[in-house]
Amino acid sequence: MLKLDRKLLRDLYQLRGQAIAIGLVIAAGVAVFVMSMCSYRSLESSKNQFYEQFLFADVFSSSGRSPNALRARLQEIPGVAAVETRLVYDVLLDVPGMTEPATARLISIPDTGQSRLNQVYIARGRMIDPLRTGEVVVSEVFADAHGFVPGDQVRAIINGRSQALSIVGIALSPEYVIQVQPGSIMPDDKRFGIIWISENDLEAAFDMAGAFNSVAIRLAYGNQVDETITALDRLLKPFGSVGAYTRDEQLSHQFLSDELAQLRGMAVMAPVIFLGVAAFLLNIAISRIIGQQREQIATLKAFGYSNFEIGAHYLNLVLVISVTGTLIGMLLGFWMGANMMGMYAEFYKFPSLDFRPDWMAVALSFVMTSTVSLLGTLFSVRSAVRLPPAEAMRPEPPPSYRPSWIERLLPQRSLTPEIRMVLRNITRKPFKALLSVTGISMAVAVMILGNFSLDAMDYMMDFQFRLAQRQDLSVSFVEPATESVIHEVQQLHGVLESETIRSIATRIRYQNRSRRIGIMGLQPDAQLYRLLDANENVIRVPEFGIMLNSKLAKLLGATIGDLVVVEVLEDKRPTLMLEVSGIVEEYTGVNAYMNKGQLHKALLESNVATGAFLKVDPNRIESVFSELEQRPGVGSVTIKDAAMKTFQKTVAENLMVMRSFIVLFAGVIAVGVVYNTARITLSERSRDFATMRVMGFSYGEVSIVLLGEIILFTIAAIPVGWLIGYGLAGALTSSLDTENYRIPLVINRGTFVMAALVVVSATILSAGIVQRRVGELDLIGVLKTRE
Amino acid sequence: MSATTTPTAVFRAADITKIYQMGEVQVHALRGVSMQLFENEFVVLLGASGSGKSTLLNILGGLDSPTSGSVHYLDHDLTASDDAQLTRYRRKNVGFVFQFYNLIPSLTARENVELITEIADSPMQALDALEIVGLGERANHFPAQLSGGEQQRVAIARAIAKNPKVLLCDEPTGALDVHTGIIVLQAIARINRELGTTTAVITHNAEIAKMADRVISLSDGQISGVQCNDDRWEASQLKW
Repeated sequence: MLKLDRKLLRDLYQLRGQAIAIGLVIAAGVAVFVMSMCSYRSLESSKNQFYEQFLFADVFSSSGRSPNALRARLQEIPGVAAVETRLVYDVLLDVPGMTEPATARLISIPDTGQSRLNQVYIARGRMIDPLRTGEVVVSEVFADAHGFVPGDQVRAIINGRSQALSIVGIALSPEYVIQVQPGSIMPDDKRFGIIWISENDLEAAFDMAGAFNSVAIRLAYGNQVDETITALDRLLKPFGSVGAYTRDEQLSHQFLSDELAQLRGMAVMAPVIFLGVAAFLLNIAISRIIGQQREQIATLKAFGYSNFEIGAHYLNLVLVISVTGTLIGMLLGFWMGANMMGMYAEFYKFPSLDFRPDWMAVALSFVMTSTVSLLGTLFSVRSAVRLPPAEAMRPEPPPSYRPSWIERLLPQRSLTPEIRMVLRNITRKPFKALLSVTGISMAVAVMILGNFSLDAMDYMMDFQFRLAQRQDLSVSFVEPATESVIHEVQQLHGVLESETIRSIATRIRYQNRSRRIGIMGLQPDAQLYRLLDANENVIRVPEFGIMLNSKLAKLLGATIGDLVVVEVLEDKRPTLMLEVSGIVEEYTGVNAYMNKGQLHKALLESNVATGAFLKVDPNRIESVFSELEQRPGVGSVTIKDAAMKTFQKTVAENLMVMRSFIVLFAGVIAVGVVYNTARITLSERSRDFATMRVMGFSYGEVSIVLLGEIILFTIAAIPVGWLIGYGLAGALTSSLDTENYRIPLVINRGTFVMAALVVVSATILSAGIVQRRVGELDLIGVLKTRE
Repeated sequence: MSATTTPTAVFRAADITKIYQMGEVQVHALRGVSMQLFENEFVVLLGASGSGKSTLLNILGGLDSPTSGSVHYLDHDLTASDDAQLTRYRRKNVGFVFQFYNLIPSLTARENVELITEIADSPMQALDALEIVGLGERANHFPAQLSGGEQQRVAIARAIAKNPKVLLCDEPTGALDVHTGIIVLQAIARINRELGTTTAVITHNAEIAKMADRVISLSDGQISGVQCNDDRWEASQLKW
């Protein structure tokens, strides 16, 4: 080993406290980056593999009863590679011991025993025998939630009749990688499941022999989706199609894509924050060590070491820290990624979801951290090696201090010499002070960024499920229900209040933009399902016009007063011109609302309802539910509380893990910055401190000079960090703004306080470690020799 | 070492001045110095603190450049050399000894010497260099474990290990007591005598001048006198 390298190792040992702190900041950033990238890669490759192997469709459409003869014509649409026609029905299940309703989506399996598209992967048991009646295959999450195994039976209310189904297999499908019930924002494994059943059984049960009501299409490579959709819609229109849509609007695929986008966002944000802080820390640490080794550098140069050799020596020191940090970060990232995969495996069901190390990301981490570290220190190293050796050999001239401008602003009597020293030291190097404050504030910001999602979720839940939706049960009918059905439901014993809704499938257009959405017709005085604006004020459903939720308004680029075109995709398919009469705040979905009466008029129909919201006597929820379940017209029933609880449980579990990492990482940043800053103040001024001690200043008085700076920095950093955190949270919410859900930018006061507390604790901790050294100052030694 | 034939001038400095900025103060360190240093010669540059002797030594050693004037080492024009050339010059030809030793504290005595032998063309063994200064047994000690005199002798071993043409010593005894100072001077004299290394020693101590072939006195940035000693004293004869 070259002697210069040996010096490097020993310098590193001297510097170990700082080196560890900096290495950990780098490790934290790399860990998040590697974790996100590996998770991204693993999830994406599992997804692609599953999609390819089990032939996930590109285009989907549903319709009313459509004759099987149409299949041949669908196949002829240019660009279509494969067509699957099938029957799909949502039914209620009668699960023993379960008081809340469970909805199952029945999907037909053709006589061949396997679908042509969206094929089923059998995880356990076997595929159904299409020629035997009553055999089904159940989706894995649903089966697991209920403990179903092949051989069990489950009862379903199919077209009003209770029917026994024998489970022969447990399965997965690329169409339902994550099982989210339409209209829901999170998967609810217990209450929504997929059941595959033979086509014959479904045809018989719903009287659909020789017909289908759902189409899936796979496109030939490189085809124009829009043209295919147009052709498909034209063919299916007479049979009540509500419009075809692509994977982009397919729920499971949307959730997966959102998750992937989120991982990518994290992979960008983490390195920026953490490596930025690390570059700054390396800069101050290396500048200081170079300052201390001024004469060593001069000596090396005097003996003929070149600028390049000396520069490389210090840059190597930087590289050792950053490469070690990156290695630790990589391992930590792998570990976090593997955990993440475990978490994903609970929601996203693939035949195999294995953690794959993404070596490209690892390579990129090394390149990134090395580049950033080198850039962060290059200037101080360069100026150090350029210093002519004779000049470096002379003791550094006393740094020039000036009375700081702050002193003039403060009452003179309050300024003790200690405080003056602190102030002058800060104002002498304002840029370094600024960076220190920024560094500490990043810790505050990371804390806020990590914790605000819980606040936002809480707010969203409260807004959506307490302020806006106040029903206990929501019921949807299989067919639009008439007055008498509505009346029956309202008369059930235990129902306190009820409101009906009319939903229709439409395509809404504004200028050149369009969206397939459901419009919900609400009663004008709706109390159970209320529309709110961003300030939580209730908006009364106006008599005319249409109200868009804010996301839809943004997608269309429409605002109040604009005229939008609504093509109804059901029944008589009228096209309506409607004025946007209000913008509604909602955090889930893309929705529009109209006055129910107005909607009936436009559709030329009587008072019908596709669903109802019920407020029910809490003691009678179960009986109301079982009554509803047995009515043939009732398609699904959702108990709001149950849905909410599942949601909160899932969110809380997942966020807790992330949260503990974030608190840890924020702490790492705070300790990194505070420890380094204080350590450097100590080493820069140990002579001053020793002198003060010799002259009779107390340990406490000297500590004020040492720590005053860092205390002021922390105090200044907290509000700055709050602002940055708010900004980053804003950036995060807008990057996570999807059609499925939006995260409101809501940060509770507690989160701000918590962020400040964590950083203050980290400051106290690291300041304490450094301050102990004041007691260890060698008073005589420091004064005797030149540095 | 007395000159019998016309000796070769190793250094030729002509009318050099040096002005530098120290914090917020301008310092005129040299005000027109011309001098020569000959092969195998032992020269003492004598002067009070602030007389400009360190600046002169630094310029000769290629650590610094004069503000004006010219300096030649053999046929190299040091004043016309760029940083890389000066680095090469120092690497090949110059051994330095400083008042405060300037050892790398994180390296042992032997490693400090090896640090230099690793980059030299035809160095001696690090241990041999330490033996010359009488520190072969302390080779594995860190600077902090050595006395001042020992540290300075390590610094000398380090300076000579590359077999330099010239040895430039800046107040080598400045931080040492008499006894230790003499041991250090003995080591320097021995190297001049046995290896024939052209040696320049800076000091403010007139007693040390008695060791030299030639004494160049400086004051206030100018040469105030040059004196040749007919017979050099041994270091052990010195007293201060």
